Formats: sequence, structure tokens, C-alpha cells
Amino acid sequence: MALLEVHNIHTYYDHIHALKGISFELDRGEIVALIGANGAGKTTTLNTISGIRHPREGSIIFDGQPIHHLPAHEIVQLGIAQVPEGRKIFSRLTVMENLDMGAFTRRDRAAIQEDLERVFKLFPRLKERRNQLGGTLSGGEQQMLAIARALMARPRVLLLDEPSMGLAPILVESIFQTITEISQQGMTILLVEQNANMALSVAHRAYVLETGRIVLYGPAAEVRENPQVRAAYLGEA
Amino acid sequence: MSLGLLLRLGIGLLVLAFFAYRFYGVLVRGAYGAETWARLAISGLIIGSVYAVIALGYTLVYGILFMINFAHGEVMMIGAFAGYFVLEAFAASGFSARQPVLAIIITFLAGMTVSMLVGISLERIAYRPLRGAPRLVPLISAIGASIFLQNAAQLMFGSMRRTYSNPPALERNVGWVLEVAGKPVSITYTGVLTFAFSVVLMVGLYLLVQRTRLGRAMRAVAENKEAAALMGVDVDRVIANTFAISGVLAGAAGVMWGLHNGIIYHYVGFIPGLKAFTAAVLGGIGNIPGAMLGGIVLGIAESLTPAVLDMPFQLKDVLAFAVLVLVLIFRPTGILGEVLAEEKV
Repeated sequence: MALLEVHNIHTYYDHIHALKGISFELDRGEIVALIGANGAGKTTTLNTISGIRHPREGSIIFDGQPIHHLPAHEIVQLGIAQVPEGRKIFSRLTVMENLDMGAFTRRDRAAIQEDLERVFKLFPRLKERRNQLGGTLSGGEQQMLAIARALMARPRVLLLDEPSMGLAPILVESIFQTITEISQQGMTILLVEQNANMALSVAHRAYVLETGRIVLYGPAAEVRENPQVRAAYLGEA
Repeated sequence: MSLGLLLRLGIGLLVLAFFAYRFYGVLVRGAYGAETWARLAISGLIIGSVYAVIALGYTLVYGILFMINFAHGEVMMIGAFAGYFVLEAFAASGFSARQPVLAIIITFLAGMTVSMLVGISLERIAYRPLRGAPRLVPLISAIGASIFLQNAAQLMFGSMRRTYSNPPALERNVGWVLEVAGKPVSITYTGVLTFAFSVVLMVGLYLLVQRTRLGRAMRAVAENKEAAALMGVDVDRVIANTFAISGVLAGAAGVMWGLHNGIIYHYVGFIPGLKAFTAAVLGGIGNIPGAMLGGIVLGIAESLTPAVLDMPFQLKDVLAFAVLVLVLIFRPTGILGEVLAEEKV
């Protein structure tokens, strides 16, 4: 059984039908990429899983338990953490406080300390800047902080929304390297990206989203070879 | 520099020059002795500390919901009544005379608890259903809640003015007498209690917001509700807690008001509420140290300005608001206010 199963979800913004029946699943330990153009419904999909939005139809099953009716804060507690689009770090909180917010639902102090060491090993820059306000970090550092903050929840599934957005190519490279590293430690990752090339190079499987529907899916390598995908998302004629 | 800005600064400078001219006259003539200045400064500090405590309630709620809780003054009024009835009972039973310290502590606890419950209900009934509505809508609801609470208090308690029965050990207008320039200046016990407890509340609130899990969650929610929810914060609960805290502060202020000023009635929250709102704006709305500073500055301003300008004391409210306008001319976001820009992405 898959760790996360999304069955035929329909999500609306008032009268706008944003997701028109999306189904996919995530197996333990894999990286699944969700690619598509602006407005295809990628972020809406993540927010529906996270409980920021609720589907009007369909179900989301996490580890055998339906979660689509739960509020966002309970979904984090069950083990699904999101790195939101645009990072959304708390700019008036220090780096340390941001990380503490990541572990907000946890009470296991010793394990939190362990996780703190782990994310500082993953992102030594954050350790140097632990007492700085989040808003004073550079874009790349903010992305690191956003990922580190989500890891502090010790999630079983990590939802990443556009981790490459607004970053210089060299930083994109290093962020994706980190994502691979996190995955190798056993994390299950759902990766939303406009940078399809990058996403397909690290993912195991991929789904292509177009105006609220999944139009194509398969192993990442196959999706990458699909002529339509090459034309539409990889910038190749 | 735009013409509008120049005009604004020009008016500000003119008013400042007028103030300076009047103050110069007062000083040259020696219209008031040192003891008068000391007396005014002390009473300004005391009333300012109450404004500061009330202002914190406005600023906390504004910081999180971007909404002015116009019913906040009424929350204070209800707390003042709760304290009044407890103190009445204690005075009648003789408990106030036997155990004045305990009586005062219980009175404060009663006022703070009742105001806390009013604050929580206010949020649940008048504001939560409007979450997500345009910002003007909860504002109207707040004004409605304010009128509702005033009228409810009038129906329940009548419209007569009631006098707080302080314990004998804490009589109003009794206190220590200092000597300034050979003349007596009294510092009342109720004034000292009011100022000291206000400081305790302010320090307590600051520590709560800076050092505790709830405080961190409040700051996170203030910055970005969605991101806070993604961290596992129950945003609705944090908002309810914020109203509870601001209610506790208002209740404490209500009891202090009653003990120090003596008279309460159903309308007693309105002017202090308005002044405290002014104080919060003066300090920079949404900013916690700003609300504290704004309260103290406003209290001192309303107490000293009539003397500084050699004008009748009855004009103190007008002059206090003139000080607000003056500050906003030079610092539109308040003394400690930051630019209220949306967070940088």
C-alpha cells in the first residue's frame, strides 16, 4: 500500500474549479515530481494535501487513514510537512525560532535536539546564522531555512513547492543535491516544480498537470523522453 | 519632496513653534513651581501606565488580525464592574479591612478573569464568523459589540455612577508625601499600585511573547497565518488566546481605573479605550514596546501639555490628541512603528 494516496480530488476556489479529479500516489522513500505550467494546480494540490484547502470531492489517504477533512495543524502532526512556495519563512523570527516553529507540534526535546544537529549538518550556513532574523537571509539561505524548518517536524512525507524559484542556477543545483540527500536518508518527497528539467533528473516518478488534470505520468526518465513534455516543459522544439 | 509632504511638515513645524513660544512664556513668568510640574508628571505617568496596559490589547489584536477591536474599552469596563462587585462584597463582610492584600489580589483576579471571558466570547461571536471577510466588516462588528456591551452593562448595572470601595489601607488620595522645592507633593498608594502593577503586566507580556511557545506561535501567526498553520499551529486557538490575553490586560486596567480614579459606570471604558487606541497608534500599532511607550507618552502629554501651553486643564483631551497629530505629522507610522509592508518574499 502506498504511503500517500490521492483519489480523484476536486478542489475549488469559490466558483473556480481548480483541481478536476486528480489521483496519484506516493510510495515510501520515493521522490515524485509534479510538473506543469503556472496555474495548472500544482500548489493547490499540495495545499489540499496539507489541509490549507479542503477538497469538495475525493479522498486523501495517508498511511491508511483518511486525512482530507482534517485541519492543517493536525496534518502536520500526522507527519506531512510542506515547504511552501516562496519559502514563507518568518522574517521577524530568528533562524533558531523558525526552526523551533518547525518542531512546534513536537514535545520530544531530545529528539528535536538531534534533528537540529542533523539540519545544521545539512545546512552549516544556518548554524552560523542561527541568531539572525529570518528576513536578513539571502534567497538561497531562506530556501535552506524553509527546508530545514519542515524537516524539524520529523515528517514522513515532505512536500516541496518550487524550491528552485528565484534562485541562481548554482544554488538550484545545490538545493537539488540536498533534496537527493534527504531522499537517500529515507524521506518520501513530493516535489512540485516549474523547473521540469531539474525535477525530472532527481525524481523517480512524475505526473504532469495541466489545468487541474493529470495528463501524463510514468517513471521520470520516460516522462522526460515524452515529446510533448520536451516541447512544453523542457524548452526543446 | 512632494508639496503635500512639505505642507505637512510646515504645519507641524508651525505648531511646534507655537508650543515652544507658549512654553517659553510659561517658563519666563515662572507660572508653575517645580512641585506643580512634579505633581503633573507623576499623575501623567500613572494614567499613562494604564493607557499602556489597555493599548497592549489593541496592538496585540491588530498585530494578528489587522483589526481594531473597538470593543476593547468595554472589555475593560466589564472588568471594572467585576472588580467593583467583589470589592463591595469584601467591604460589606469586613474582609477588606482584615485582609487588604488578599482582597485586592482577588479583586484583580476577578476583573481579569471576567474580562478574559468577555474577550474570548467577543472573538468567538463577533469576529470569528467574519474571518476572511473584507477588513471593514469586522470593524463594524466591533463597533456594534462595543455598543452592545455598553447597553448590556447599563441594563444590568443601571446608569448611576458607582464608587469603588477601596480597602481602608488603600484609600484614594492618600499616600506618601515628598517634598519638592519646599512644597509637598503626594504620591498616592493607589497610584503606586497602578504604576507598579502596570509595569509587572508589561514585563510579563513581553516575556510571554518573546520567550514562550505561545508567544512564538503568536508572532508566527501575526506574520503569516498560512505558514504558521503549516507548522502545526492551530491558528484559531492562537487568535482566541490573543483575545484572552488582551482581555486579561483590559480587566486589570479596569480594576486599576476603579481603585485609582474611584468612579465607574457603563460608559467608563469609552474614553480610556479611545485614548489607549490613540496610544497604540502613537507608539506604532502592532508594535508591543510601541504601545507601552505610546501609553506613557500620551499620559504625560495630557497631564503636562495644558501647563506647558498655559491653557485650561479642561483642554487636556484636545491637547493630548493634538500631540498625537503632531507625532503623526513627523512619524506617520508612530514612534516605534515600522513600515507596515507585507513580508518580503
